[in-house]
Amino acid sequence: MKLKYILPIAFIALFFSCSTDDDNDTSTINEVKGLELIQTISNGNETIELYNEKGIFETGYNRISLRLKDNTTDSYIEDATLSWMPMMQMPTMQHSCPKSTISKALGKDTVYEGFIIYQMTNEDSSGWSLTINYNIDDTDYSVTETISVWQYENQNTASFMGSDDSRYILALVEPKAPSIAVNEMKVGLFKMQDMMTFPVVEDYTIALDPRMPGMGNHSSPNNTDLTFNNADNFYYGDLSLTMTGYWKLNLKLINANGEVLKGEDVTEENEASSLYLELEF
Amino acid sequence: MKTLITVILCLLLSSLGFTQDNNKEIKKDTTKLEEVLVLSRRKLSNHRQEKTLSSIDDYLEKSNKITMIKRGNYAWEPTINNMASERLVVTIDGMQIFGACTDKMDPITSYVDVSNLEKVTIGSGQEGTENGHSIGGGIDLKLPSSKFNGSGFKSGLDLGYETNGNYKATGLDLEYTGNTFYMSADAIYRKSDNYDAGGNEEILYSQFEKYNLSIQSGYKFSETQSVDANLIYDKATDVGYPALPMDVSLAEALIASLTHYYKPEDKVLKSLETKLYFNTITHIMDDTKRPVVAIRMDMPGWSDTYGFYSKAELRKKKHHFTLNLNGFYNKSLAEMTMFSNNPSEPDMFMYTWPDIRTLYSGIFIKDDFHFSEDETLTSSIRLGYHNNKIAKEVGIQSLEIFHDTVDEQSNRFLVSLASTYQLKKDNYNLSVGLSYGKRAPSVSEGYGFYLFNSFDNYDYIGNPNLKDEKALEANFSFKQKFNDFEIGIESSYFHIMDYIIGEITPNVSSMTIGANGVRVYTALDHASIFNTYVNNSYKVSERFAINGTVGYNYGKGNDGENLPLIKPFSYFAEFNYNTPKFTAALQLDGNGTQSNYSPKYGENKTADYAIVNLNLGNVFYNKLGKTVLKYGIENILDTKYSTYADWNDFPRQGRNFYMNLSFVFQ
Repeated sequence: MKLKYILPIAFIALFFSCSTDDDNDTSTINEVKGLELIQTISNGNETIELYNEKGIFETGYNRISLRLKDNTTDSYIEDATLSWMPMMQMPTMQHSCPKSTISKALGKDTVYEGFIIYQMTNEDSSGWSLTINYNIDDTDYSVTETISVWQYENQNTASFMGSDDSRYILALVEPKAPSIAVNEMKVGLFKMQDMMTFPVVEDYTIALDPRMPGMGNHSSPNNTDLTFNNADNFYYGDLSLTMTGYWKLNLKLINANGEVLKGEDVTEENEASSLYLELEF
Repeated sequence: MKTLITVILCLLLSSLGFTQDNNKEIKKDTTKLEEVLVLSRRKLSNHRQEKTLSSIDDYLEKSNKITMIKRGNYAWEPTINNMASERLVVTIDGMQIFGACTDKMDPITSYVDVSNLEKVTIGSGQEGTENGHSIGGGIDLKLPSSKFNGSGFKSGLDLGYETNGNYKATGLDLEYTGNTFYMSADAIYRKSDNYDAGGNEEILYSQFEKYNLSIQSGYKFSETQSVDANLIYDKATDVGYPALPMDVSLAEALIASLTHYYKPEDKVLKSLETKLYFNTITHIMDDTKRPVVAIRMDMPGWSDTYGFYSKAELRKKKHHFTLNLNGFYNKSLAEMTMFSNNPSEPDMFMYTWPDIRTLYSGIFIKDDFHFSEDETLTSSIRLGYHNNKIAKEVGIQSLEIFHDTVDEQSNRFLVSLASTYQLKKDNYNLSVGLSYGKRAPSVSEGYGFYLFNSFDNYDYIGNPNLKDEKALEANFSFKQKFNDFEIGIESSYFHIMDYIIGEITPNVSSMTIGANGVRVYTALDHASIFNTYVNNSYKVSERFAINGTVGYNYGKGNDGENLPLIKPFSYFAEFNYNTPKFTAALQLDGNGTQSNYSPKYGENKTADYAIVNLNLGNVFYNKLGKTVLKYGIENILDTKYSTYADWNDFPRQGRNFYMNLSFVFQ
């Protein structure tokens, strides 16, 4: 008897409580949901918003989302073309760093994205500036602003001179959230052609030997060397992590001819390679 | 192979056609393998000059086919037919219970004490499958059976002291027995410091301390029905393991059960016993007492088991049937945290048992068919469904580092078949048996992750894709009596297929600092284990008797390598003198050199040894009850020795004077 009344009430209660959870107004989809604002850069009628997951720039690989706001209409511009140029001011010279082009984020109307790999910074996060060039309706604009780049706690990027007298920059992209598993390791490799140009290095091999110095240089099995993937211009390999903690990812950079440009084998005598990245989880 | 199974099955089925009562002999002699009685302190007369307060481990070691693997002075691991925990089924009164230590520092036998038990039943090979699947055999630690005999209030006190290790033990028990209600409680406390090996060499980290409490109570509803509740709480702290790099700061178990008994009279169904049970174990390893370690670690483990069984005894004409329907659910979780020596680096963590759930249900049927005056055909079958599940996603992922495919769940169908023919004549006994059985891999074998084995100095990785281990077994025993002289021989042969063992994985680095490498569990195509024992006894006079045993064991894999932990040639001799109030025994116990050792699995050649023990006992009767005094000297010659079963060859106790005093008030 009573159940007859209770059940419909229960269902209604359930239905309404569920439906209130996702009352997203479709007209204002938040396209930067889950991202933190790093900085805004104002330039006349436009404001550029820079986002990433942490809300700060750090050394290493930074995936960055951008939005371009029209200050008069307070709306986001969807059909601009953008490019950028990060610059580090040193006492005697200046240089840039590896970066991608900026393109429209897949499936989004207002968000553009790309990455920048800051290979170094000053201790107080100073030194870097970012120039953004954009084009709206065939008109070019440009703005330069000082940015803060903080030192990441681990060595997630390496800048080094190879035995071929070229300077290379290597940056860890994945795993972002490592686990006790076989993780997909993704690395970006760039050559410093000059102070401003950092092309992707293709078809090299990056030999991988992960170690735990805190555990008597314990290693893990079934890692694979990283190889170049020409679909997205990154290097991929398998990284096995057998426990949480601090891992040193010892690397060797080998060119297409099989010549080792940087790094050494880890042996009893040689605890670590001179080329390595670090990981902590 | 298939034909053999068919043969066994036929034997089994054919026996179901005939009938009669089987007078199941309960052998009280501890050197016989069928059953070992852990005798209560009140039954001295049955007792063979042992200490009244000796541990279960000591009791078990007296059996022919049981050898205890020792990693310290506490929590020894029983082996039957040269097979250890994972090949045995060890139960407490039919209750499944699994240790929570990944390094086998807590065999089930360490969570109960003699005061909790009435007897221990040992079944060799497939004869031990009443409570579960095994290859080597089964040990069932029986709780006291309920009694409603109206004997009233009874109490007892035991005191024990041993000089070696300054070992103290105290036991107290209280019991009230009415006609429809009974309740008994007992407590035991044991504490030992480091013991000395022969030559007064102190063995560091051989101390232990433990106490055990148990309460049992029963109520009888009617002539045919009663219920029993039993609760055991066991806690060991500060247990040293001299042979291992770590000690134990806590090993705690709570074992609870509720049993219903139904005993109809004059019917085919003789008894029906149904038990619901639960047990939980917490095991915490500890290295804080070790001054030098490569890295500090925390290694806790937990094991919870819920289960039931329902067991019926039926008698019809010449048949005696035992049916047992049982099931359990176990959850095993163990983890390891390593504290980095470099304070800037974070702690390291892994699941060594990634929350493995085991669900088992099965049925066991046994028929003792007494088809003629002195012949019995015993046949048994156990069928079971075994399911393992990795409950932690990270567990699957971590095993995927080593294995291409790791399924979240694995299902196994297990079977055990056994048939034994027994002939009992006045002056000789003969028994021949044939059986086949399977077992599922243990949690460590299937899912362990970097489990360090200090015996061979390798880290072990589980393999979730292992096949069932299968064994074909043949056993034989014969006993002949010539007036006061008796001689017997018993032998078992096991042909084990897909014998699970760790195989070195080259070029994989160990996790444990200083270990030799990593082994992943895999299987040998087949292995053979054989053992034979010759027992004899001679009754010189009414009071004086001599008995002796000589044993030979053999174990080899199909690769020609010796299997590890195979007992070398062994012998035991005892001279007994018995009067109703005084007993004395002089024992000689020894092993030959272990020449067939297994260097591949970390064994070295263990030298031969022989030790001499003297055990004495007196009984005094007085108005209040009786007093039992047991005293003696173990290892009289203070020999420094270790056996093949001593982990990393750490030496055993040197000379030890002991005294146990028991008061029984009635």
